[in-house]
Amino acid sequence: MEKKEMRAAYVETLIELARENPDIVILEADLMKATGTGAFAKAFPDRAFNSGVAEANMVGVASGLSAAGKIPFAATFGSFAGRRDYDQFFLSANYARLNVKLVGTDPGVTAKYNGGTHMPFEDLVLMRAVPGLVVLEPSDPVSLAAFVRLAAERYGCVYLRMPRGAADILYPASESFEIGKAKVLRPGKDAAILALGAVMVGEALKAAEALAARGVDAAVVDVLSLKPLDLETLRTFAAGTGRIVTCENGQASGGLGGAVAESLLEEGLAVKFARIGVRDEFGEVGTQEYLQERFGLTAGRIGEAVLGLM
Amino acid sequence: MTKEEVGELERRAMTIRALTIEAIGNLGVGHIGGAMSIVDILALLYFKRMDVDPAQPRRADRDQLVLSKGHAGPALYSTLALKGYFPREWLSTLNVGGTALPSHCDRNRTPGIDMTTGSLGQGFSAACGIALGNRLNGILSRVYCIVGDGECDEGQVWEAAMFAAHYKLDRLTAFVDHNKMQIDGRTDEVMGLGSLFDKWKAFGWFVQEVDGHDMAAMDRAIDAAEAERGRPAMIILDTVKGKGFSLGEGQVASHNMSFGIEDAKKAIAALEGR
Repeated sequence: MEKKEMRAAYVETLIELARENPDIVILEADLMKATGTGAFAKAFPDRAFNSGVAEANMVGVASGLSAAGKIPFAATFGSFAGRRDYDQFFLSANYARLNVKLVGTDPGVTAKYNGGTHMPFEDLVLMRAVPGLVVLEPSDPVSLAAFVRLAAERYGCVYLRMPRGAADILYPASESFEIGKAKVLRPGKDAAILALGAVMVGEALKAAEALAARGVDAAVVDVLSLKPLDLETLRTFAAGTGRIVTCENGQASGGLGGAVAESLLEEGLAVKFARIGVRDEFGEVGTQEYLQERFGLTAGRIGEAVLGLM
Repeated sequence: MTKEEVGELERRAMTIRALTIEAIGNLGVGHIGGAMSIVDILALLYFKRMDVDPAQPRRADRDQLVLSKGHAGPALYSTLALKGYFPREWLSTLNVGGTALPSHCDRNRTPGIDMTTGSLGQGFSAACGIALGNRLNGILSRVYCIVGDGECDEGQVWEAAMFAAHYKLDRLTAFVDHNKMQIDGRTDEVMGLGSLFDKWKAFGWFVQEVDGHDMAAMDRAIDAAEAERGRPAMIILDTVKGKGFSLGEGQVASHNMSFGIEDAKKAIAALEGR
């Protein structure tokens, strides 16, 4: 499958947007080299701002820029985007009803060699608790580009989670996306695997393939938008398969697993249900492969979870 | 500034103080101390310095004020009411459920409030962002920001201080309301600030220190701040917490104080009798 760096898709889209709209600006907190936004700073030197190692101020300044009519995209590692500037993003940006797009890179196990201190398993849980915030985790470079554009076009705060590295291209360039809408990557009648983000969507597709060889027809749904959640698609697969497995690269409680469980109960949808995600643990250092095994974020574990519901 | 101008601004300040005491007295409790200490600068800004139009509170090229010490909202509400942003009667709804005047400033509820604040340190970063955004938009207006001295305990204030100097935000004029008190006591007991003047200077700002209750001195300092190019300006206001509120002036307890409308009336009489 063809691959592309997620950060390349991010910065290319921002440059396109900046050419179309003079209000697009970016902010970084001394991670421009990591995020790859140097190309933006080169193209638009007057519209790229580095706060230095000061994430709280970066988000506060972004809020002020938004109050002056700008559309700021502020990026940092997800560990800091979630924890270090949560109060600033919550109050100066969201509570103040401004228009700040916060990007958290290196989600979950993709923090790899930076280890447990830098491994955001909790950012989605925190962000779900912010009223009205749109929380997105695109699964490939095409959906990432589309959601960066959708985030820019929509007034209001957005949290967007993305790994920096290469990811499989899952969608044709012409695919259209919507905030609050999932995509069905693989149909199936026995169970539905709801996966969020590049790592887990990739594992879910592998799991569905392996399950098919064992005679189990599992659907794969690319969730894309954690908040708002696509309840229509959830209803369809809950009713159609009776078995739901959620998969996320972060805490299983409070993130996608939590959101789906809440919705299923409230909607009165009785299904067999399992969650793949981190179980109340801190991150640690290692290769991504090691970490996926360590925290049970693999196709094998997804397959076992589906079989456990059969 | 002429004596007449000074007298006029002092009368405005007295009215703002009386309205603020009355509003908090009506409610029974509020942040009277830190509200009273900034009344004089608010009167000077809104009745002399700022280019604003109450009929167009969101006009893009208006001068703006970010009250980073958001708990002093009641003083700003009295100022905005007096300026004509909304009817004075609104002041009696302070903190009542559904009010347009919440204890801490909210840009979406109150006409004339430029930024939502309350979690200390955050408004200062936002003021930097507004000044930067104005510059990108080719807007030459000024952004003012008031921070508390206790607020200077927040690390974010110093992150923003570096940012404003690095990006040469010379249309940003900030004030520290240096009333030397915070919730738990005097600032030198709770968390020593050292020399605020030296700190701001070391952070690359054009710094002045003036009596925060002297209209003419503050006006001259703002003139000097606005003549400065290439760096942001900090004016440290030497103030008295609770200034003009006889029941709490100069007292740590004035930070968030309980008193009723009868006490408020006495305090207003004492204020106006001076």
